[in-house]
Amino acid sequence: MAKTYLSYNNIFSSLGFDSETVIEKMSNDVSGLDRYDNNSLLPQPFCASLLSTEVVREEFNKISDASKYTKLEQMLILSLKKVLDASSITLNERVGLIISTTKGNIDVLEQESSFHESRSYLSELGKTLKDFFGFKSEAIVVSNACVSGVLAISVAKRFIAENRYDHVFITSGDLVTKFILSGFNSFQALSSEPCKPYDKNRIGINLGEVAASILVTSSKIHLNSEAVEILGDATCNDANHISGPSRTGEGLYRSVKAAMKEASIKASDVDYVSAHGTATAFNDEMEAIAFNRLQLENVPLNSLKGYFGHTLGASGLLETIVGMHSVKKNLLFSSKGFTELGVSQNINIITSNTPKTLNVFLKTASGFGGCNTAIVFQKTTN
Amino acid sequence: MTNKLHIKSYSHIKRQTVSVNGNVVFKGDDADFPNFIKSAYKHLKTSYSKFFKMDNLSKLAFLAADTLLMHESLSEEENNIALILSNKASSLDTDRKHQKSIENQEEYFPSPAVFVYTLPNICLGEISIKHKLYSENSFFIFDRFNAEHLYLYANNLLQNNKAEKVLCGWVDFDENSYEAFLYLVESKGEIVHNTEEINRLYNLL
Repeated sequence: MAKTYLSYNNIFSSLGFDSETVIEKMSNDVSGLDRYDNNSLLPQPFCASLLSTEVVREEFNKISDASKYTKLEQMLILSLKKVLDASSITLNERVGLIISTTKGNIDVLEQESSFHESRSYLSELGKTLKDFFGFKSEAIVVSNACVSGVLAISVAKRFIAENRYDHVFITSGDLVTKFILSGFNSFQALSSEPCKPYDKNRIGINLGEVAASILVTSSKIHLNSEAVEILGDATCNDANHISGPSRTGEGLYRSVKAAMKEASIKASDVDYVSAHGTATAFNDEMEAIAFNRLQLENVPLNSLKGYFGHTLGASGLLETIVGMHSVKKNLLFSSKGFTELGVSQNINIITSNTPKTLNVFLKTASGFGGCNTAIVFQKTTN
Repeated sequence: MTNKLHIKSYSHIKRQTVSVNGNVVFKGDDADFPNFIKSAYKHLKTSYSKFFKMDNLSKLAFLAADTLLMHESLSEEENNIALILSNKASSLDTDRKHQKSIENQEEYFPSPAVFVYTLPNICLGEISIKHKLYSENSFFIFDRFNAEHLYLYANNLLQNNKAEKVLCGWVDFDENSYEAFLYLVESKGEIVHNTEEINRLYNLL
């Protein structure tokens, strides 16, 4: 079967508008999280990583007319444009477009929105992006809760394997809206302080908004310096509960096991785990149990939620891109917010930015609906 | 290594009618979806109390899946049946309900029981829990039924042994209009698994 790679990429976030800037900030231990006291978003203070509407609009007006596009569309277009420009691939019917999002333009449902409600349909979002860039194939929207960003990579790989496409561009994003904040708050899961994944004194989730984009390709001539190969991938359901993870980490355990089997690697071959780590007690504990069942407890692991918050449909792709840069730089990023282990089983949390030779890394994500996705990546030897 | 794949069975739920393999198994007389789907649930003797907590989209997907999986003599421990569902309206029916509950500060009452259903893939979780499917699942959004996409994705999972069977299809709920078309793909069966046949079955009723 043809090999599949991840190559040119972009992170558009409060830490910067391209991957390099964001990685530089992370190397200097900077977080994108801030405390907000904004009644129009949530009746109480919250901590999040937000992108200023004005700044996004200003940036967008440099390339097109911002008044025609929603904030999320502007973010996705700005992010994807950088990847398209860098990869210089001609858009024909062999080039696919995948959009990963959980809620898309959900803010157009608000009474004060100046956009028509029809804009809330995710297929409309797909059409807007397809038309902006002139893609020749129909956009595929993946909306599978918080695993969407990682699953989108699997989907791209599978369509390339089926010989439907040679290259697939993925763009992913979600907004921090009144809709999302009120929902997570109704679960009493939100924190007004920076989150502390896996920590004994964890206090809950922070939300975040980013757009992240990438080129997935079967062609070795389109690889950049941080490109990685997809060795194996799998998605498994917990078959347990729609809003809480399995106590035994069943779906996560199975998805990692299946991804490692396809990759033909053992637990000891994994140099780094980029985990989900939302900083809720149930999630973090579930992951610790699953990683112990997988004998991955000694592999350096982090959650990146302390830099970006939980960015929902973008998180898996965003964190994969950070992983690619980690591998390129041979640098493990600290799991920001972590001080003292707060899960029942031992896991090897990265406590400070640490140099280490990296070759293989595992990305995992888990989400509502009981879904779990895992992908194994390997550094390319270009 | 390429195995011949077939569509073993298929179901439709639309216009107050539940059909399996093209044969009507329930016809309701209530135009209101919640009443119709409740009558269908009772008629089909689907005994599963969690059904009543589900939102409209999950009820639709769950029942359409149940009419097929009840004939599969499934294991009580686990089954490797992947789920690939798609629609146009995502979870917008429930999204609108949640949005209404937060629209103004005087009547601000977001509910976690509603919010959890503001994701289209929750219905995959509901089906997985009932039938013990620890399997691949993905939810896609298109503006119309997209047979080619479902065909390629199901083919990929089965040819690479990522699933033993795949339950595919379309489950859409928007305002009071609804439509479900699900089909089960595996090696056994009479109908060849290809885009033409998937479209033919989709348009059958």
